[in-house]
Amino acid sequence: MSLNKEQCFEQLLLGKAVKSNGWLEQVRVDALERARTLNFPSVKHDDWRFTDLSPLYLHSFRPVDSYAKLTLRDIEKYLIPGSIRLVFVDGCYAPELSDLTTARAGITVASLANRLGDQQVEANFGRLAPYKQDSFVALNTNFFEDGAWVHIAGEATAPIHLLQVATRREAPSAIYPRCLVMMEASSRATVIEDFVGLNDGIYLSNAVTEMVLKEQAQLRHVRVQRDEMNAFHIGHCSVEAGKESVYSATSLAFGARVSRHSLHVTQQGEGAEMHLDGLALIAGRQIADTHTLIDHAAPRGKCVQLHKCIADGSAHAIFSGKINVHIGAAGTDSTQSSRNLLLSDKAHIDTQPQLEIFNDDVKCKHGATVGQIDADALFFLKSRGLTEARARNLLTHAFAAEIIVRIPVPSLVEALGRTILERMTGERLSGVRT
Amino acid sequence: MINKGSKVLLGVKNLRASVDGVEILKGVDLTVRAGEVHAIMGINGSGKSTFSKVLAGHPDYAVTGGTATFAGKDLFALEPEERAKAGLFLAFQYPVEIPGVSNSALLRLAYNTLQTERGLEELDPLEFEDLVQEKLKVVEMDPSFLSRSVNEGFSGGEKKRNEILQMAVLEPKLAILDETDSGLDIDALRIVAHGVNSLLTSDNAVVMVTHYQRLLNYIVPDYVHVMDGGRIVRTGGKELALELEARGYDWLRAAA
Repeated sequence: MSLNKEQCFEQLLLGKAVKSNGWLEQVRVDALERARTLNFPSVKHDDWRFTDLSPLYLHSFRPVDSYAKLTLRDIEKYLIPGSIRLVFVDGCYAPELSDLTTARAGITVASLANRLGDQQVEANFGRLAPYKQDSFVALNTNFFEDGAWVHIAGEATAPIHLLQVATRREAPSAIYPRCLVMMEASSRATVIEDFVGLNDGIYLSNAVTEMVLKEQAQLRHVRVQRDEMNAFHIGHCSVEAGKESVYSATSLAFGARVSRHSLHVTQQGEGAEMHLDGLALIAGRQIADTHTLIDHAAPRGKCVQLHKCIADGSAHAIFSGKINVHIGAAGTDSTQSSRNLLLSDKAHIDTQPQLEIFNDDVKCKHGATVGQIDADALFFLKSRGLTEARARNLLTHAFAAEIIVRIPVPSLVEALGRTILERMTGERLSGVRT
Repeated sequence: MINKGSKVLLGVKNLRASVDGVEILKGVDLTVRAGEVHAIMGINGSGKSTFSKVLAGHPDYAVTGGTATFAGKDLFALEPEERAKAGLFLAFQYPVEIPGVSNSALLRLAYNTLQTERGLEELDPLEFEDLVQEKLKVVEMDPSFLSRSVNEGFSGGEKKRNEILQMAVLEPKLAILDETDSGLDIDALRIVAHGVNSLLTSDNAVVMVTHYQRLLNYIVPDYVHVMDGGRIVRTGGKELALELEARGYDWLRAAA
């Protein structure tokens, strides 16, 4: 059955109602009401004008009503040794697949549904994610079943791996991953959000994450979107960076037929520092859209952003990066760089930097390049005996590696390096620096 | 070392080549035998760098006439990588920076590609490490250069040494050094020249493309060719280079 845009949205609104206690119930009701009003974004909307969601509208996404029983073996290749692991299957917490043994005192990694009584959860849930303005966030806020609650006081030495697994179902399904991270003052952690799919299913993963960094907190956030190639992924992440906090993010988009990731970082406190890395690596008919918004709302903020897109086949990659420097945000130092690699004549990349500065005494720079594989580098490698295909792969891999190698989890860096190579040829290149 | 009985590595006959439709090489003849060192000199625009790029197979240059054989093969029928596998090496005038690819990874990849071509075993990273440590000594390079991205952040001299390091690892039959001396200070020049000399055997050969005579003080050529207007207009021994140094190129151009 092939739907149109209105029918597709109506079908999403027919999702399974999830009952909650008092405060959340009200949020859910409000969110559903907003979703109805907002509907799918119009292509005329400035934030959506490059993004063709029409492949998504064809499907009738059903709520998930029964949960697949998975074993560790099913998700083996995604596991990160030594991590604190919270696993969700189609949006539902799977304690039997999770491993919280390395969580120490001060580190809470738990099912959100089980912690709704926590004051911190109530105070922060839905505070940052714009469910009143964004219909996907609104749908998630109404329909999410469970999510991750990460609360860090002190230092979490082991990386925290939040693994969202989508399974294959008979009919396309809608799943709603949710995550709330609270970093207390001077705390430190590495949080990996990992979106994977099993067995080539068609599903809509509509994910929402909120992260709060209090004074001098340091969060290393890695977001890996490696959904199935027929899936749809719409993600939103809102971050609030407190005084002198350090938020370092890596967002990767490898999978999904159509994917969108919106990252909104608000520099709330003076002297906060942000490092935003991004990489979209797509081929075939994939569409990957990354929208970032950085609000410098306090003085002396520092932000360094590097986003890369690699598009092969007839893929379409979009990067839109907005930097707002608000009144009063004196001494802001914000740099954005967008670098893009086109691997075929039919691939397409749109890159759009936007700076809005309402202040003097700021340093803001942005630059964007779109290019093909460097012909001189290609000739050089061929003159050293490498075939055309191998030389191209090496250069493409190197372009991507700059982002990957900065992830502070070696086993993940290695696994992602392999994923990139598999995506390119299935060939294993020896001696590539990853 | 000249040995008329040694085998011909490179035989170029009446080579014509153009870039963007403009003919640069207008009939070049050159024969290089195993064991020989050749220098090709000339003013800027004489075609000497074009000649080296055409031999290596640079895609910007179109061969419009003539023939070239390399190690018994039709050179122009081979892709650049096949020329490399056949034993041809070009040291680039402007070495390329490749961020994200380490020097050691590139060297090992290239080395193992040639090993496979020669029907020999590939070396694993540990075995290769031993080999490359020895080769580093040829150009007096610090091992820290191995883990750095290819030529990224290297000085001009370090880039040129890195080219010779690649030559040392790949052991080509014929190395073409395209202005390898440009941008080198006297110490670096000495190191590079010493490196090249130590790689010379009776089975391989070197063609140096250079503007200046000073490199030839360190790598002594058996033949010096002067290129002008896309042709080799004079061939002589090493004394020709000294004459050029003393008299300039004009007298030859007038004669041609």
